[in-house]
Amino acid sequence: MTTFTVNGEERTVDVPGDTPLLWVLRDELKLTGTKFGCGVAQCGACTVMLDGTTRRSCVTPVSTLEGANITTIEGLDTPEAEAVQAAWAKLDVPQCGWCQSGQVVSASALLYEIPNPTDEDIDNAMAGNICRCATYVRIRQGIKDAAKALET
Amino acid sequence: MTHQNRRQFLASAAGLTIAVALPMKGRAQSGAANAFAADGSGSFAPNAFIRVAADDTVTVMIKHIEIGQGAYTGLATLVAEDLDADWAQMRAEAAPLDNEKYKNLFFGLQGTGGSTGLANSYTQMRKAGAAARAMLVQAAAAEWGVDASEITVTKGVITHGDKTSTFGPMAAKAAEMTPPEDPPLKPASEFVYIGTDLPRLDSPSKSNGSAMFTMDIDIDGMETVVVAHPPMLGGTVASYDDTDAVAVPGVTAVRQIPQGVAVYATSTAAAIKGRSMLSVEWDTSAAETRSSAQMMDDFAAMVGSDTAKTAESAGDVATALENAAQTVEMEFRFPYLAHAPLEPLDAVVEVKDGSATAWGGWQFPGFDNQSVAGALGMDPANVAMVTMLAGGSFGRRAQPSAHIGAEIGAIAAAAGRDGAWKLVWTREDDLHGGYYRPMTVHHLRGGLDADGNITAWHNTVVNQSIMAGTPMEAMMQDGLDPTSYEGATKMPYDLTDMQVDWIRAESPVSVLWWRSVGHTHTAYATEVFLDHLLELGGKDPVQGRLDLLRPDMTRDRVVLERVAEMAGWDGQKVKNGKGYGVALHESFSTYTAQIVEVEDKDGFPKVTNVWCAVDCGVAVTPNVIRAQIEGGIGFGLSSILHDELSLAEGGMVEQSNFDTYRVLRINEMPNVMVDIIASEVDPTGVGEPGTPPIGPALANAWRALKGENVTTLPFSKSVGA
Repeated sequence: MTTFTVNGEERTVDVPGDTPLLWVLRDELKLTGTKFGCGVAQCGACTVMLDGTTRRSCVTPVSTLEGANITTIEGLDTPEAEAVQAAWAKLDVPQCGWCQSGQVVSASALLYEIPNPTDEDIDNAMAGNICRCATYVRIRQGIKDAAKALET
Repeated sequence: MTHQNRRQFLASAAGLTIAVALPMKGRAQSGAANAFAADGSGSFAPNAFIRVAADDTVTVMIKHIEIGQGAYTGLATLVAEDLDADWAQMRAEAAPLDNEKYKNLFFGLQGTGGSTGLANSYTQMRKAGAAARAMLVQAAAAEWGVDASEITVTKGVITHGDKTSTFGPMAAKAAEMTPPEDPPLKPASEFVYIGTDLPRLDSPSKSNGSAMFTMDIDIDGMETVVVAHPPMLGGTVASYDDTDAVAVPGVTAVRQIPQGVAVYATSTAAAIKGRSMLSVEWDTSAAETRSSAQMMDDFAAMVGSDTAKTAESAGDVATALENAAQTVEMEFRFPYLAHAPLEPLDAVVEVKDGSATAWGGWQFPGFDNQSVAGALGMDPANVAMVTMLAGGSFGRRAQPSAHIGAEIGAIAAAAGRDGAWKLVWTREDDLHGGYYRPMTVHHLRGGLDADGNITAWHNTVVNQSIMAGTPMEAMMQDGLDPTSYEGATKMPYDLTDMQVDWIRAESPVSVLWWRSVGHTHTAYATEVFLDHLLELGGKDPVQGRLDLLRPDMTRDRVVLERVAEMAGWDGQKVKNGKGYGVALHESFSTYTAQIVEVEDKDGFPKVTNVWCAVDCGVAVTPNVIRAQIEGGIGFGLSSILHDELSLAEGGMVEQSNFDTYRVLRINEMPNVMVDIIASEVDPTGVGEPGTPPIGPALANAWRALKGENVTTLPFSKSVGA
């Protein structure tokens, strides 16, 4: 049994300790906004916030999460996240959409750390999130637009 | 929907207009499909495409799968235009399977592919909107006792004098009206939506995690299944031992199915762990055991063989080559490529009392219906198909073999009971699973006269056929599969003595269309070779192409001139240490020219800017068009720089995940400037045409900078290695 907080709510799950957080979220807690793309921390589709930093949930065993504080795309409500989601809709960033939960989590975390990221900051923060539709031009612009919106 | 709503719906089931309030799940996937019978009995002639609800929402039943290309938004735009709806009231919903009602008018059956979605729907969706509008107007005329001709409709409001109504209150009455046979369409001068930037219907739900994909489906009692597939293409199960697998907590069963060994579990994690504990012996007697390097050599050795079939010829290329002042030969080698859509392949089936429902990223739902039903031993009419939003496809879900339908059907059949199952492919299954872009050799010979003019052009293409052995084989004529060499033929240039031959190679490795199909390699081989010949002949890449274009190739000419303008082309191929290259290529009747700017970064190309001019006829949704061109360029660049699916000696696939199958990331994405040529020609597709020119434009820019032709792809194999 592992007890942790997900999106502000305390949850207890009874699964083998080596179960990746990704499948706990999706299969046990029915939070399917977090996506499976590779299973080996290469694509970023499964990105969640864990105790204030981004984490690839597909390689995070649930046994390491006792008492942890997790935020998924469903619970992401920081000003940065709201600005990112507004910019995403405004620019029509998503195409197929499968990677975008992870992109939004990573982009929001970037803006929390660096309110006015340079192109290099964006590359460094977002290179772990693959988009096969290659919406990268708009992801970059969306982050810049969100940064601008947060200034005002 | 509530039971109360369902009864209201049934009471008015004859209506065009359905007097129910639909649950508001978002503007895509509004839930409307649940309100209508899968056989269309709840719909009303003249069309199966439009649902107007009492709450004023207009739901368009989208006959094409939404894989990111913007089908939901594009088709809804067409309906909204001639319905005179307000964009805010528009919703989109996947249409059920109906190969007649929802057929792709270019294919003759329901299906998405070949960049035809918007193009084949253009008039059909507008007529559907116009018919619904006419009936709403008739209803208002009857309700108000006025002449229909005096009624106007603007942005979802019906008006006569001081009387106004939105669509919802007129819905029930409109259902009683006779649908017009051939409602007139608006002239282009009155377009309100076509050609404007409307917000995509699916952006909000795809930005907050609420969009529902196949893998997100949850059904009470459902089990997740992963399958141990053969590690070599064409292999089969010889024997297996599941002792350790069934001991994994959560694993409920292990069954052999035609596709491999299926592990059933109460969770995805347990299924994956269970599979890792399986021990399987594979029969490789029918498998491909050559390395891909060996296969490539074998393909290249076939050039000149008497099995070559001539796909196109003009004049006398042999004599022209003999008479040339200079002849040039170049061989290009293109690897197998995986599509690697970020949502791996998956499907869900529920079997209950002799019938079934199958959810998936069905791109040809009729084929999948047959394969699910076939595996279950059911009448296809008893298998309902639900097409979900899909996390990318790039061709991968358009399976003439319908193998995913067959696999989920086999999983349910092997379980031998009623229930629900979800099939999940892991990334390893995806990369090892075949259906690749065909490995291809192009062998080109060209001739120049003393003045540097191109006088001969002979291209031999060697690869496997995509269509042979599938239901598409009927489209092959004289043993020729045009998807193998399209783009090498029908070039826009005035080449009087030319010939294109195709040699069909064979392998147990399955192949499939991959975003832009034959054009993925033909654009590269032809536009790089042409550029090389122009350079040898002392011609400018842009002017040389313009001079060579046949006089009737006006759309090619326009995009080439436009892109030269956009990029400020001045004939200098190297400026400030950066190389510039151009490529022109028509695919799927859309004309695209690109100019690439590239830097040498530690011996490897870094593409900094790409300019693209595109002529796709009437630009219905310009913002979606730009997005598709941007994405098509990124997708193509990924394959040109990095992607290769290779087989080791013995036939094992060498790449298993994104650590070894290296795809483009944000730090490698160039700026992309897109200009859409204004046009009144009927629209053509944009999902694929952005992809072909990026490779040759890059290669030509790289040659300008470095003086070397890159003829073996990807670049990572040839450059800076």
